[in-house]
This record gives sequence, structure tokens and C-alpha cells, in this order.
Amino acid sequence: MEHGFLDQYSNVGSFMNRLDPRIKVVSLLAFIIFVVSTNPAAFQAFALYGLILAVLTVLSRIPIGYILKRMLVAAPFILMTALFIPFMQGKTVVHAFALGPVTLTVTREGLLIFWNVLAKASLSLLCAILMTATTGFPELLKALEKLRCPQVIIMVLSFMYRYIFLVQDEFMKMRQAKDSRSVGGPQWLHLKALAGMAGMLFIRSYERAESVYLAMCSRGFGGRIQTFHHFQVTIKDAAFLLTIFVSLIGIRFLSAIHG
Amino acid sequence: MDKIVIEIRNLHYSYPDGTKALSGIDLEVFEGESLGIIGSNGSGKSTLLLHLNGILRGTSQVKILGWDITDKNLPLIRRRVGIIFQDPENQLFMPTVFDDVGFGPMNMGLKKEKVEDAVNRALEEVDMLPFLKRSPHHLSVGEKKRVAIATVLSMEPEILVLDEPSSNLDPKHRREFIGLLQKLQLTKIIATHDLDLVVETCSRIALLDEGRIVAVGKTADILQNRLLLEDYGMIARSP
Repeated sequence: MEHGFLDQYSNVGSFMNRLDPRIKVVSLLAFIIFVVSTNPAAFQAFALYGLILAVLTVLSRIPIGYILKRMLVAAPFILMTALFIPFMQGKTVVHAFALGPVTLTVTREGLLIFWNVLAKASLSLLCAILMTATTGFPELLKALEKLRCPQVIIMVLSFMYRYIFLVQDEFMKMRQAKDSRSVGGPQWLHLKALAGMAGMLFIRSYERAESVYLAMCSRGFGGRIQTFHHFQVTIKDAAFLLTIFVSLIGIRFLSAIHG
Repeated sequence: MDKIVIEIRNLHYSYPDGTKALSGIDLEVFEGESLGIIGSNGSGKSTLLLHLNGILRGTSQVKILGWDITDKNLPLIRRRVGIIFQDPENQLFMPTVFDDVGFGPMNMGLKKEKVEDAVNRALEEVDMLPFLKRSPHHLSVGEKKRVAIATVLSMEPEILVLDEPSSNLDPKHRREFIGLLQKLQLTKIIATHDLDLVVETCSRIALLDEGRIVAVGKTADILQNRLLLEDYGMIARSP
């Protein structure tokens, strides 16, 4: 069965693909930290961050449509948190809605925070999408491991990457089997079947985990998964890292002068 | 007489819930031979296999290459007895083929270059070298089975143990897979109910039923005994 892969653009031979994954992870973290700590009113700074990401997007050769689709997945979460912010208490009322006995007021301060959340979340998200889409997942894991990320997390992520599609397949097959036999009947019965399927899926995954563990033990697993990497920081990598850091610090400096 | 590599004396095993799975197994495996363990579903084939590298330990004496199965000997035994499980999805658990085939050698504590050598050699042997960097998820069933064999070959075992190796393969890939098994010069133990596979790959057969070995002998002798095979559900009774 076909699945959308997390890292389908990780091997298109773009500039971003060829970068050392460790450099990408470090740049990503730096970028997000800088974005999040920027003064909400520094509009030019946000525009410049956007510009950097636009350049990186072009360098990564990922279709815009793909990135937008990915962003859309996270959009509900951002909007849910941000939706009520404009109605916060504040000094300057921009607009007031009368809803029966309740009056909702949109304040200037609220709007600023709303913009702040939206802009920072979108920029960070875009950055994360760019980094993960241009790096093969196994490479990304190795990079994280080299950067001293705890091994348990790496192992959980690694097994997730290996088995998530399998679980998805199993669910699809179960649903096909259920649909083949569901003819009419009340709606709640279908829901009940769905709940049973979720339980079944859990049991199967649990049993698979046991089998996998046996297979690991058979090949001498001793509690630590070791892997090798072939990473090598080249001049290009160093130049990329330097450019990102100089740009970020430069933007911070500029907005400090203008702000 | 050839050297005995596996010696099982009076092996009993019950599952934690009390179900008896093996009751009194006696079995010898000789160096370089290819032994088929046949039996119907639930006859205890897989359970028996799990005793061959100490994953399960019943009440008895199991000697592998002369060693008793003890905690101290486990790493030695697991390096020399390679078990390939039925479902390759469970055998292949790492994100890339390289990492998976290298998993065993790395656990053996080999240096990077040695591990790379072992991985290349093992994949070469099963004709899967071009798939080195692929994710197991993107392989076909036949390819997964081949890589699964490589994950064990990379540890340079002396005994290869396979559980239902021909399941889920279409005729063409089954044919190729049997060819591969014939090519591998190691002691092999193959548990299956695929009698055609046994004919092509095994020199000797042990017939298992309800946790007991009911017959052991040359492949030809056992497979010509129609009554025996019918009695234990290996072929359908003729009307």
C-alpha cells in the first residue's frame, strides 16, 4: 500500500540534502530560538526571517504545495490556541462585538500577541518542515544521537519510523474486512466495531513488539542499539552554519537599533 | 559419524499459562546437514526453534556446539546460531537495511570497517547489495526475506535456523528463495509444513506432533510413508 513518507524529498540531490544533518539540526534549533525570542513588534525582523526560509525553500527544491499541505496539518492546533487571544483585556479597544448580553472587545494588545503567536509558530513550523523534509529520517536520528539526544528517545522514534506504516496497513486491512461485512445496521454498531478494532490494533502491536524483541535478542541485543554514521562537516556545511548565525544575529541587531 | 552440533535430551516446555508445548523431545543435529522439522500448525515447531538459542529454556539438557545454555554462554551461542523468524517485518526492525544487517555484528563489538565488511559480504551472498541504504519498508516480501537472511549471515553463524521460510512467497520468488537456501553451506534447521520445500532443501526430517517427535529419518523415507503423513495431518487423507 502507498503511504506519504515523511522524508520523500530527502534524496532529490538539492543543496539542502547534501548538508550534514547535524548542521541542519543545530541551525534549526538556533533559528527557532531566535524567532521565538524576537520582540513581537519587530515586524521587519519577521519579514527577514521569512526571507531566509524562502531562500532555503528554493535551495531545497521542495514544491511549495507540499510545504503548505504540511503546514495545514498543524494549523488547527495553532489557531485553537491563538483564537481567543485578541479578546484579552487591554487598554486600547479596537472593536467591540455585542453578542446579546455579552460584549466582546478586541484589544490592540490582544491583536499584537495574536500576531506574535501566529508569526512565530508559522516560522518555526516552516523551518522544522524544511529541515525534516530535506533529511532522511534515519540520518536525522543519527544526527540527534551524535548531538547527545537520549538514546531511549532515538530508539522510540526509530521504531516508530519503521513500524508506523505497518500499523497503518493493519488498520486499513481490518477496516476493509469490517466494511466487507457491514451491511446496514445501526450507526452505533459501526462505532462499536471501530472501538474493537482499536483494541485489536493495540494487542497486535504489543505482540509484534514482543516478537521484535525476541529477534533483537537472537542477534545479541544487549540494551544499547549502536549505529555508525558517515557524517563529515565540509566547508560548505561550515559556511551554511556561519551564514545562518550571522544572519540571525544581524537581524536581532538591526531590530534592536530600529526598535 | 559426523560431529553433533545440537543435542537435545528430554526437552519439556510449558507456556506460562500452563499449556504444554513440548513434551520429551530428543533430537540430534549433525554438522553440515540440513534438517527439516515438519508438523501441522500448533505442533510445537516454533517453540522448539526458540530453544535453539536460549530464548526459551525448558526443563532439560540442550547442548549447542557442546555448550550448555547458560547466561554466560548465551552471547557465544547467539552469535553461532542464527534464527530467522517467520515474519520478516519482525526480523527487520532498523530504519535502513545497512543498520539492520549490521545490528548483529555491532552487538558483537566489531570495529566500523569490520562491520561494513560483514554487511557487504552478507548482502552480496543474498544478492541484495544494491539495497544497502533502503528502508526495509520499501522492499517486496521476497526482498525482505533475503535481507532477513543477511541479518543473520553477517554474524557468520555456524547454524542457520529458519521458521516457515517459504510462507507468503509467490512461486517465482519461492523458487529463487529455495535456490538461495541450497547455496548456503551451513548447518540448517528448517521448520515448515511446506513439504516441497523440504524435499528440495533437507536431507533429514523430524516429524513433530503435539510437542513430541513421532518420526525421524531420511527425507525420502519419511515422505514416502503416506500413512504416517496422513496420520499427522501433513497431507490430506485420500478419500
